[in-house]
Amino acid sequence: MLSFIRKRAIASLISLVGLLVLVFFLSRLTGDPASLFLPVEASEEMKAQFRELHGLNDPIMVQFTRYVGDVLTGDLGQSLRKARPALDVVTEAFTWTLWLASITMSLVAGAAIVVGSLAAFRAGGFFDRLSSILSLIGASVPDFWLAIVAIVIFSVQLAWLPTSGTGTLLHWILPICVLFIRPFGIIVQVVRGSMITALSSAYVKTARAKGIRSGPIIFIHALRNAMLPVITVIGDQAASLLNGAVVIETIFGFPGVGKLMIDSILQRDFNVVLAAILVTALAIFLMNLLIDIAYALLDPRIRH
Amino acid sequence: MADHLLEVRNLSVEFHTAMGTVKAVDSISYHVDRGETLAILGESGSGKSVSSSAIMNLIDMPPGRISSGEILLDGADLLRMSAEQRRQINGKRIAMIFQDPLSHLNPVYTVGWQIRETLTAHGKSSAEAQTEALRLVTRVGIPDPEHALKKYPHQFSGGQRQRIMIAMALALRPDLLIADEPTTALDVTVQAEVLALLKELQRETGMAVIIITHDLGVVTEIADRVVVMEKGALVESGTVREVYKSPQHPYTRKLIAAAPGKGEMHEPHSKGEPALSVRDVRKAYGGFQALKGISFDLMPGETLAVVGESGSGKSTLARILLRLDEPDGGSALWKGRDLFTLAPAELYKLRRDLQMVFQDPTQSLNPRMTVYQLISEAWVIHPDILPRPKWREKVAELLVQVGLSPDHMKRYPHQFSGGQRQRIAIARALALEPQLIVCDEAVSALDVSIQAQVIALLDRLRKEMGIAFIFIAHDLPVVRDFADHVMVMQKGEVVELGTVREVFEAPQQEYTRALLAASLDPDPDVQAALRAARMEHAS
Repeated sequence: MLSFIRKRAIASLISLVGLLVLVFFLSRLTGDPASLFLPVEASEEMKAQFRELHGLNDPIMVQFTRYVGDVLTGDLGQSLRKARPALDVVTEAFTWTLWLASITMSLVAGAAIVVGSLAAFRAGGFFDRLSSILSLIGASVPDFWLAIVAIVIFSVQLAWLPTSGTGTLLHWILPICVLFIRPFGIIVQVVRGSMITALSSAYVKTARAKGIRSGPIIFIHALRNAMLPVITVIGDQAASLLNGAVVIETIFGFPGVGKLMIDSILQRDFNVVLAAILVTALAIFLMNLLIDIAYALLDPRIRH
Repeated sequence: MADHLLEVRNLSVEFHTAMGTVKAVDSISYHVDRGETLAILGESGSGKSVSSSAIMNLIDMPPGRISSGEILLDGADLLRMSAEQRRQINGKRIAMIFQDPLSHLNPVYTVGWQIRETLTAHGKSSAEAQTEALRLVTRVGIPDPEHALKKYPHQFSGGQRQRIMIAMALALRPDLLIADEPTTALDVTVQAEVLALLKELQRETGMAVIIITHDLGVVTEIADRVVVMEKGALVESGTVREVYKSPQHPYTRKLIAAAPGKGEMHEPHSKGEPALSVRDVRKAYGGFQALKGISFDLMPGETLAVVGESGSGKSTLARILLRLDEPDGGSALWKGRDLFTLAPAELYKLRRDLQMVFQDPTQSLNPRMTVYQLISEAWVIHPDILPRPKWREKVAELLVQVGLSPDHMKRYPHQFSGGQRQRIAIARALALEPQLIVCDEAVSALDVSIQAQVIALLDRLRKEMGIAFIFIAHDLPVVRDFADHVMVMQKGEVVELGTVREVFEAPQQEYTRALLAASLDPDPDVQAALRAARMEHAS
């Protein structure tokens, strides 16, 4: 098991190095960094000074080594707009996103697994049909539309919930509910399909012949086997939330990493953009590692 | 009549499908007593497994429906009991083992957990369950039992997995064990061991056994009485000897006549140049030596049977000869040219001469292509063989040759039975007018009566068209009827090579003798002799 984790961690590390290279060259090779990093109205002198200050006149490999050194020591440059280290700005926003994503995904996973399993147990029954229709709608509704409708109903007309911002627990309800819908719809479908296969499998037949009760058959025998494809999709959906639910964060004025990225791009705060890319990528790599470990925990055939 | 342990009376089961209602079993009756073994014999689609599913409450309803009958366990009708009552009977009073133990064991739990679960589900404490699981696994002969309980199903061999299934089924000393094709997926020597274990355990516990099988040899080896099923109906019943020696129903007679291993053996008198001359073929996968230097000659128009158990390297050999896999060393001279060193372009031309027929025609025929497309595809790939206007005519001819009708051309593979599909695969191989066909377990998945027909077809093609065959099989009686020479393989090596008569009548090697003794014969007298030979071999 440990050697499995080590192998996966090394593989992730290699991808991370690749990402570092990519990010560096993105910022250096897509034109003159000075004009990328500085505001549009910066003068030629300011640009020259900037190049001198940041060693942009050095050979590219020297710059790259310095960049890697900086990243490893946690120095991702200053935010030009906020006059604070870019990493601080990003970590702050990312913490918000991480909370939003983990709360949403925990609710989604829990609900989808229960609903999907029960739908599969009586496939074709009333509960199955109802959940199929609802999850199909959930998976297809555009989230920006849903967000706006939700604001109109719950904030404007009923005035139960705040429209945007953070501060109280009430502020979290609308973003979580809106973000919940789509992954829930998708994951219910995957759980249902995977559980139908698992419930019709030979080992479930054995369990029935052994005289095992229905509860353990569904939730112990079938579910653990059915979880493998489900985990993949949960990971996928979680990754898109970690990237920053750009649209939702913007609509609800939620200070997460998605909103930060959009703002920084518009403000040409390039160091923050790069830092945000690195941090979210790191988070996604870590999450994939967790998913691989979850696979191995669930299925001994992967471990060996 | 309540003295029977289990009695099935006038049981009918239907399945409602989109195609209409199918009667899976129609008013069948049988019984089994304590300490007795009843075999239910039938081919695929005969409904032989349906009644046992009904006994175990494993029929999904809908689409299934039990339209009539009763199943009496010690006089009480199972079909009138509540689901909870039946759950309590399953595993405790009636247990079941299945054909493919790998898929019937849950892959993500240890075998110890799965055995303990049977015990705890019926009220044993977990400490009791642990002791009992250890005793059971030791009893069925799993090495290092303590450690074995912590392992997962995929870490055992096929035979060991079936032993584990048996341990699990017998955990609560059931009165009745239902075994559904328990040895079909196993090698012959392992099959003999598992059947012997079942018999021993039956003697110890006095349980009744119902064994469901398609194999007359298994019936003779283990059963006291047999019922024969055909198309959902019970056509014959009696003691094994009665049924074998004086079958009453035409279907039973047909089944007994089709059992392989009774025909004239071939007498090859090969002279001249071999068509294929294989020398010292080697192949390793990582550190595993799959082939450790295989050599043989194959004369034109002759059949070489390659027999061996799983892991012997026989399928690897087939793949390498056709260059579907690359060898590590050795040579294979086909008409003087080494198949292993040919450039891709030359190999492409030569491939016409060498064709392959696989075990499972359901998987080797593309389900989205018609029979016409499947067969004529060969000429799309090798356009110089036949001009396009003649394709239709030739496909029709090939279909007739393999015993199908030209009308079948427009149909898709799923519209055929297993035996017909294998005929289509053979027709496809014939389309290129090959001189060598490699059959990898080509008849293993077929029912005996179909098997006999396909073997007869292959033998006719060999005689009429002078095609040479490499016939890979694990089933010795089939080989006996069809082969000129037999090569016995074990762990990547040739153990014995000789004419069919030499190998079957005077085997030189210990391993060949063990294989022959393990293979089951439908004739009770022959089987008794084989059993004696096996005992002698074991002692």
